[in-house]
Amino acid sequence: MDPLRIHEGIVVPLDRSDVDTDQIIPKQFLKKITKTGFGIHLFHDWRYLDDEGKEENPEFSLNQARYKGASILLTRDNFGCGSSREHAPWALLDFGIRVVIAPSFADIFFNNCFKNGILPVILPQNEIDRLFAYVQGNEGTRLTADLDAQEVRARDGSVVSFSGVDPFRKECLMNGWDDIELSLHQEERIRAFEERHEAMHPFYFMGE
Amino acid sequence: MDAMKSKSPKPRTMYDKIWDDHLVVDDGAQAPLIYVDRHLIHEVTSPQAFEGLRMTGRQVRRKDLALATMDHNVPTHTRDMQAADSVARLQMETLVANCEEFGIRVFDLSDPQQGICHIIGPELGFTLPGAVIVCGDSHTSTHGAFGALAFGIGTSEVEHVLATQTLRQYKAGSMLVQVEGSLNKGVFPKDIILAVIGAIGTVGGQGFVIEYAGEAIRSLSMEGRMTVCNMSIEAGAKAGMVAPDEKTFEYLGGREYAPKGSMFEKAVVYWKTLGSDPGAEFDKRVELNAGDLLPQVTWGTNPGMVTDIEGSVPDPDVLESQTEREGVRRALAYMGLEPGTRITDIRVDKVFIGSCTNGRIEDLRAAADVVKGKKVHPSVRAMVVPGSEEVRRVAEEEGLGEVFREAGFDWRFAGCSMCLGMNEDILEPGERCASTSNRNFEGRQGKGGRTHLVSPAMAAAAALEGRFVDVRDCL
Repeated sequence: MDPLRIHEGIVVPLDRSDVDTDQIIPKQFLKKITKTGFGIHLFHDWRYLDDEGKEENPEFSLNQARYKGASILLTRDNFGCGSSREHAPWALLDFGIRVVIAPSFADIFFNNCFKNGILPVILPQNEIDRLFAYVQGNEGTRLTADLDAQEVRARDGSVVSFSGVDPFRKECLMNGWDDIELSLHQEERIRAFEERHEAMHPFYFMGE
Repeated sequence: MDAMKSKSPKPRTMYDKIWDDHLVVDDGAQAPLIYVDRHLIHEVTSPQAFEGLRMTGRQVRRKDLALATMDHNVPTHTRDMQAADSVARLQMETLVANCEEFGIRVFDLSDPQQGICHIIGPELGFTLPGAVIVCGDSHTSTHGAFGALAFGIGTSEVEHVLATQTLRQYKAGSMLVQVEGSLNKGVFPKDIILAVIGAIGTVGGQGFVIEYAGEAIRSLSMEGRMTVCNMSIEAGAKAGMVAPDEKTFEYLGGREYAPKGSMFEKAVVYWKTLGSDPGAEFDKRVELNAGDLLPQVTWGTNPGMVTDIEGSVPDPDVLESQTEREGVRRALAYMGLEPGTRITDIRVDKVFIGSCTNGRIEDLRAAADVVKGKKVHPSVRAMVVPGSEEVRRVAEEEGLGEVFREAGFDWRFAGCSMCLGMNEDILEPGERCASTSNRNFEGRQGKGGRTHLVSPAMAAAAALEGRFVDVRDCL
């Protein structure tokens, strides 16, 4: 995955809470067996007026000229709830989103972001409200999400720091590390655990 | 390390105990690594994981601890894979090819044990108490009904489990949902979990593993407990669980993958130690009395938007927060409902009975009790999709298939079907459905489709009347 240390980009607001992964990428697009090409289907049912995805809905923020080229998504509580589909972060990434800012995220989606080079930023409700006002009031608002410093900076000089990113995840994302490779380095400890576990709880190991 | 921890005087929750017994590495430098005992795989969230293994030349570490089934996009009107659209078929064929290549047992459409992963795991005795169980599907929480730590994961994590048999996890908080009293006639496990979500909201469980306890939970069958645990994710929780007891052990005895003979007895001794210790501390507690519950019906576009059969569609104008008001307004616009409409005045076009929430034999029995000898309303199209081929076989044996067919229901083969509409079973725009599934999200059952979540008995009653009715009056 691509590392993410500092990201600067245009912010697009999506002023809804409980945005579920069925909305982020509807099920009719889950049948592919690759990780790419999901971006054109991102938010399909909201973004397009027709089933084929040819006619854009002008009301939908992602379609509006002022947010063209956005790479930071600003949204509300419980973003990414519902299905575990990793197609949701794949679609966001393929569309060009690298940072999602919300007051809270659903657990599986939050995990999935870190596996794909997307930074989910949790900010308090009042900061989210302030950012919505700022973004809606200023055309082409850009923000800088600095993972290293754990802060979000605006061009008006305002700075908000964020927590909720564990040091290990932070390191993996900043370096673009594959955590499977890191876990494989623990093979000896996995094997030792497995032997102990099998000795104590043999009833879980009946297959081989 | 395990032995030291178990001697520690601090009372532990069931979640603590399972966590402690699966911790492989927790050295503070990296995210904790926990061991996975059981891995369920299906066609939609696995192809990219297998592809990842191939690209890096990695192997499946413990193919004996994994099982695969096709469920999400299988056709349910026939067992012919050719009936699926070409992209769905490719996904199913890819699953079979991947499982053959990596040596994992797969239940395909010709298998008499095929079914939804969360239905067949327990049926096969693959699901066991005290185990860490994962699957690339959010409703993996279902298996927590056996006292397992079971949760959904993404595809990258599926690949991680295949390659290492472990998962990087941070420990969640603990939450106790205590349900005392007993359910009245016509009120079901689905009503308990809908009421819980209604009470705590879709974010109420965020950051927690829920343990369900209390008299009402103890008195539920294993199937009822599965329905409750299944929708923990809809409350935002990481997982849901119920302490194992005699019902759990009785359910598992003799099943294909369950331990046998003296090994089973040894397992039971361990499983009996899993329940939360008296005095164990939970980070959050919620109490509910089952005796107060009426049949539940969702009216909006998330499962927390729920009321009971005597209730009405709410008025957004009376809500305090602006975000909430707008959320409800948007939901009502999507659902085509006016504030103040009585639930019993809402008509339905379709009825879906099935899914990993309510596609088990007990669910079909509850629906058949309502349907027996009656006919589906002429304006309604109704279907019953058993959760597994085994459920279908037992239902046929008990004559339930005949009850549904006689009444005018479509009687299908096993699969996820209209729960998420990845096969041909979808709602048309504007169509309204009484559904026993788990999500009433916009477009979940088809673009523009309107979903109301209910228990199987309530869905059956709606099929007969063409609108929501109080199933307590039908029994």
